[in-house]
Amino acid sequence: MQIRPILSALRHHRLATLLIALEIAMACAVLCNACFLIASRVSAMEIHSGVDEAALAQIKLDCDDCNANDLNARVLSGLGNLPGVQSVSVINAVPFGDHAGTAGITLDPAGQHSGGVVDFYTAGPGSFEALGLRLLAGPLPRQDDFRPIDNFLPADAPVWVTSALAEHLWPDANPMGREFWMDKFHFRVAGVLEHFARPGGGEGGPLTREWSVYVPTQPGAQLFGNYLLRAKPGQLQQVLRAAPAALAKMAPDAVLDKAASRSIGELRDGYFQADRAMAGILIGVIAALLLVTALGIVGLASFWVQQRRRQIGIRRAIGATRGDILRYFQTENFLIVTIGIVLGMLLAYVLNLLLMTHYELPRLPLFYLPIGALVLWGLGQLAVLGPALRAAAVPPVVATRSV
Amino acid sequence: MFAYYLDLALRSLKRNKVLTALMVLAIAVGIGASMTTLTVMHLLSGDPLPGRSAQIFFPQVSPDPTRPNAREPSPVMDYHSAVDLWSAHRADRQTLIVSSMIKVAAPDAALPPLRLDMLSTTADFFPMFMVPFRYGNGWNAGDDAAHARVAVISDDLNDKLFGGVDSVGRTLRLGSSDVRIVGVLKPWRPTPLFYEAWGAYTKPQDVMTPFSTGLEINDGHFQQYNCWHIPDTPGHLQNAPCNWIALWVQLDDAAKAGAYQRFVADYAAQQKAIGRFTSSITSMRSLMQWLDHIGVVPSDVRLQVWLAFAFLVICLFNTVGLLLAKFLRRGGELGVRRALGATRGALFAQCLVEAGLIGLLGGIGGWLLTLAGLGLMRRQPTDYADIIHLDLPMFLTTFALAIATSLLAGLLPAARASRVVPAMQLKVL
Repeated sequence: MQIRPILSALRHHRLATLLIALEIAMACAVLCNACFLIASRVSAMEIHSGVDEAALAQIKLDCDDCNANDLNARVLSGLGNLPGVQSVSVINAVPFGDHAGTAGITLDPAGQHSGGVVDFYTAGPGSFEALGLRLLAGPLPRQDDFRPIDNFLPADAPVWVTSALAEHLWPDANPMGREFWMDKFHFRVAGVLEHFARPGGGEGGPLTREWSVYVPTQPGAQLFGNYLLRAKPGQLQQVLRAAPAALAKMAPDAVLDKAASRSIGELRDGYFQADRAMAGILIGVIAALLLVTALGIVGLASFWVQQRRRQIGIRRAIGATRGDILRYFQTENFLIVTIGIVLGMLLAYVLNLLLMTHYELPRLPLFYLPIGALVLWGLGQLAVLGPALRAAAVPPVVATRSV
Repeated sequence: MFAYYLDLALRSLKRNKVLTALMVLAIAVGIGASMTTLTVMHLLSGDPLPGRSAQIFFPQVSPDPTRPNAREPSPVMDYHSAVDLWSAHRADRQTLIVSSMIKVAAPDAALPPLRLDMLSTTADFFPMFMVPFRYGNGWNAGDDAAHARVAVISDDLNDKLFGGVDSVGRTLRLGSSDVRIVGVLKPWRPTPLFYEAWGAYTKPQDVMTPFSTGLEINDGHFQQYNCWHIPDTPGHLQNAPCNWIALWVQLDDAAKAGAYQRFVADYAAQQKAIGRFTSSITSMRSLMQWLDHIGVVPSDVRLQVWLAFAFLVICLFNTVGLLLAKFLRRGGELGVRRALGATRGALFAQCLVEAGLIGLLGGIGGWLLTLAGLGLMRRQPTDYADIIHLDLPMFLTTFALAIATSLLAGLLPAARASRVVPAMQLKVL
């Protein structure tokens, strides 16, 4: 295939060529960055909560006038007896639910050396096993580890921290037995958890997402009304359907918080709803973008084919095959798209810089550029195929006619 | 002349329907996407108190002694500072804001108790924020001082509990206390919900009580913004080392605003001198400055606007390319007009009329797509879904943007087309 005649033909249509190339450049820039945005949303959604999401649900009751111990006892035994329930325990919060124990910790009793803001899970007996937390070091909490709350947390407690938090607090050191403080409360690390996401987003971004502390706690006046329900395999939905009626019977004085009383899976879906919606919008934008770009290519190519009917006829008459004509338009399109892609990669980089400054987005990984290029080359070839086939179908006899 | 150009444009558009449809479609899709996102942005970044927002200010101090080097004062205050500043009555109007969850029931309604967010505020709240009443009125300063058991409820709650009738004088049970309803609001939806210091887009609270009353009847259920020590009694934050109360003031002119700013600064300096504060930093932004400062519009919404406009630019390039091809193809026709005496300006105008007509058609398509896009936005699970609509300014902007885009797209092709050399074209004919 000779490229030179194509280039000299394009030189006659400099402006139109440039415009289509610019359109493709913009499309390439937006495409790469939008794909990157989608990928970062999707990866944000892949948080490892560290708990057995499929088997767990939160039940939240609001009761101002209830006696805490009485309510806990009624709910623990009442829900525990529902068919399909494996265990019920008291807990202050669950992953993807409302946060309840967010506080700043320090690595010294005087409160000088800050350890960052973490989430405390205060949880009653049975909750550790129910959550399905995986231990990296240390034993399971023992019966006497569950201590009564003094105001907000137990005054002095053994705690289980995630490996992410341990790595942040004591980099490259063995966290077992280390101490930290929160105001006057004192904690000593008794075990390390593989994963345990905090309820809401980490305040310091994705790196702080697992700064959680499991504190074994005696249920009581400061820990009641919020329950962790673990169902037998495959029976969670059935248990959740039966729960409201059962709760109304066992605790008629309490109001069931329906928005919070869901399975962890539903809470997770709710938590990421905005991210999913944004990813959906981005996919829509990409689709519309590719459509408009393709339409532009189809429009211009059809126009050129119509304009060059006579020339095509002459080429056919002097021996060019249909394949030659087809390849001519395909190569022409390939050249235009290539110019667009070269410009587009620069633009994609500029757009990424803008997004980085305004939306705290990381740098665009380079592999998005060749992917964007391949997509646009493919799109260009597809879009030009129709007009090019029509061009190839122009009979040689056209050359003899006056247009 | 315009009518003639319009006629020519219509003929030309009809001649190549596919190309016309492609151009109109490209503009419609671009306009639809841009206007959908722009309308959401416009609604979310609007003025929640038109006509009053310039006089509303948000004073801040920094009561947390563990942050002596804070560069930005706390958005909310501790009880001590908030009540000190409020009770000085140095502003034209001033109000304290705190909200808490409470169980709400109407003894004479058969509904199960609801759990609602209750706003506890002071009497100035209603005149200061121009809150509209359907029945009754707000309470007065005397009620604030007397810890009166009164409440104002929203139109929504009045519908739910009392079937929309005038419920002034009826009783509402909040937690375990009975309060008398003194006012029912008209539908009121300030967007954003500015008086919450963190600028949410939720609806205003359904129940409002005097600040002093709310603190009594819902004692033990208040949430702090932050504490520098654990409060002795959870949920009871008076005299606790916690920030949790917002203060808003109304200052009717610049001199008063300046004076109040000095008053707040003097207060902070004095508190630092007696050792209660460790930082005398203060700030007093106007309502709109505050909303801007906290970046109230979600960053996703701003990102969508950027994306949509990048998309519109692509559609613009697309249209320029297609118009160029189209106008140059008509070189013969334009050459004849030139030869018959039409000036270059006349050809240019003719081409622009055609571009503008495409813009108008694209605008109609864009308007329909915007309505569809906003319909989709309304179905998203956001706090602001219920307020999304296309208002008149945005409706007009849709068409203005569509026509402006198409004229812009038409400029270059029209300039090129009007430069035809008549002799060249006529020779070919």
